[in-house]
Amino acid sequence: MKAFTKITTKVMPLDRANVDTDAIIPKQFLKSIRRAGFGPYLFDEWRYQDMGEPEMDCTNRPLKTEFVLNNADYQGAEILLTRENFGCGSSREHAPWALEDYGFRAIIAPSFADIFYNNCFKNGILPIVLSAEQVDSLFKQVTAGYQLSIDLEQQSITPEKGEVLNFSIDETRKYRLYNGLDDIALTLLQSDAIKAYEVERQERAPWLFA
Amino acid sequence: MSAKTLYDKLWDDHVVLTEDDGTSLIYIDRQLIHEVTSPQAFEGLRLANRKPWRIDCNLAVADHNVPTTERSVGITDPVAKLQVETLDKNCAEFGITEFDMGDIRQGIVHVMGPEQGATLPGMTVVCGDSHTSTHGASGALAFGIGTSEVEHALATQCLTQKKSKNFLIKVNGSVGKGVTAKDIVLAIIGEIGTAGGTGYAIEFAGEAIAALSMEGRMTVCNMAIEAGARTGLIAVDDTTLDYYRGRPYAPKGDHWLIAERAWQKLHSDDEAVFDKTLELDASTIKPQVTWGTSPEMVVSIDDTVPNPLDEFDAVKQQSMQNALKYMGLTAEQPISSIQIDKVFIGSCTNSRIEDLRAAAAIVEGKQRAENVSLAMVVAGSGLVKQQAESEGLDKIFIAAGFEWREPGCSMCLAMNADKLEAGERCASTSNRNFEGRQGYGGRTHLVSPEMAAAAGIVGHFVDVREWN
Repeated sequence: MKAFTKITTKVMPLDRANVDTDAIIPKQFLKSIRRAGFGPYLFDEWRYQDMGEPEMDCTNRPLKTEFVLNNADYQGAEILLTRENFGCGSSREHAPWALEDYGFRAIIAPSFADIFYNNCFKNGILPIVLSAEQVDSLFKQVTAGYQLSIDLEQQSITPEKGEVLNFSIDETRKYRLYNGLDDIALTLLQSDAIKAYEVERQERAPWLFA
Repeated sequence: MSAKTLYDKLWDDHVVLTEDDGTSLIYIDRQLIHEVTSPQAFEGLRLANRKPWRIDCNLAVADHNVPTTERSVGITDPVAKLQVETLDKNCAEFGITEFDMGDIRQGIVHVMGPEQGATLPGMTVVCGDSHTSTHGASGALAFGIGTSEVEHALATQCLTQKKSKNFLIKVNGSVGKGVTAKDIVLAIIGEIGTAGGTGYAIEFAGEAIAALSMEGRMTVCNMAIEAGARTGLIAVDDTTLDYYRGRPYAPKGDHWLIAERAWQKLHSDDEAVFDKTLELDASTIKPQVTWGTSPEMVVSIDDTVPNPLDEFDAVKQQSMQNALKYMGLTAEQPISSIQIDKVFIGSCTNSRIEDLRAAAAIVEGKQRAENVSLAMVVAGSGLVKQQAESEGLDKIFIAAGFEWREPGCSMCLAMNADKLEAGERCASTSNRNFEGRQGYGGRTHLVSPEMAAAAGIVGHFVDVREWN
């Protein structure tokens, strides 16, 4: 997994609540057996005028120019600013894959759906929860060229002007994301504990080991 | 020992170890695998030269991409075909049992699991699908995961997780005629919103929940995720035990007797403390119809489409306006005035035998409305389909002008050929009314099987409580 330490980048303001993972990456793209290449189809139905198909070349597709991803002011942004319950619905990890492939490294929102939040950490994306008031204030500040710095170690968000915001994150998640660690390798270090659990569990629930 | 909730008991029973910050390694008893969220997980295993920890804990089936038309022709979409073939190949390579497209047991993963007794009370159950919450109906700790976690569970039989909080939703009293498990859960989502359960495991309880069959309980737990909760739970009782006794993967002989004794403890203790509680009066719940593009945008059949101007929260008001525009509806128009183009009866929410019986009872001897171009009935599994056919339900549907299809996820998410065209409006028994969910530009109204069937006959939404 890609490590996340510190970024300074533009901010893409997606002013919508309850953005579901079907909107982030529509179902037709889930037929892929690959993990990469979803970026061009991120927010496909909101981004293009036509209906996207897997493996389509997107360079000449007609754009919905009013959609924020198509706004020249925010191109190159690695931070997505959005509203509450981002990533609700389907558990598809294709959603963080698409966001990451497009270039987003951090998402700021008042709340995230549980499965999506968890999936972000598996893909080097930092989801940051701020209060609805703090998010609202950021939406008011974001203009063309507006930048934020995010420092995971300090758990801080620093604007070019104004006050530093702090966010909270579980220690375990922070450590793994900061160091870009492989979750499976870490769990396998606990193989003895897992085997001991299985022995004890088999005594209590033998039908699960029949 | 302090009083525990059902969720506390299930959690404690599966903790392998806990870190200082509360992050735990929990053991997974059952993983269900399907074609869409698993290819990259198997590829990950191969790249790292890892093997599954316990092959026998995994069970696979293709459901999202499979055609619901004649199976002998196979899958015509080459991309979908490759994905299903990849599942077949991965299962063969790693030795995992799979019910392939020709197997009578093939079906929607969340219908097949309980039907086979492959997901049982007291288990931890995971699947790369958010509707894994369905299996909590049996008193299992079941939740959806992403593909990285599918790989993690395959490789280690464990997942890293923090414990959720406890949320008790009690539905007191009993529901009236024509009001179903689907209406109960939609009413709950309407009440708490699609993020109301975020961070919680929801336990559904109360007389109205206890009165439900296992199938009804699965419908309720299935949509816990639509209320934001990864996990929905219902305590084990005689209904649960009666359902699982004798199922192919259920314990046999002495093991059944030991299991039954253990499972009878799977309920919240009387003194257990919940972080949040909500009580609802079942008698006030009416048949529900969603009007918008989020499951929380739901009203009763005798209501009107809400007016965004009545909403004071600016973000919500904007969402409502967006939804009305997408759905092609007008504020304050009666729900019963909404004309539909298609009917979809199926999905992991409502494709079990009782759902099909209920829908068949509505359409028997009647004819699909002229303005309804397609009404599809998609059984949840080959075994559900076979049972329905043995009861003659297929003939009732076909005589009424409804199509009788092969099992799969079908138009719930429209990954296969079953989809809405842009602008088409569907009465659907599925679980999500998101933009484009049932097809690009399609408009979805979530309802019970009875309500969907009745709308297919009349051509617009009607109150099934007055059906005859």
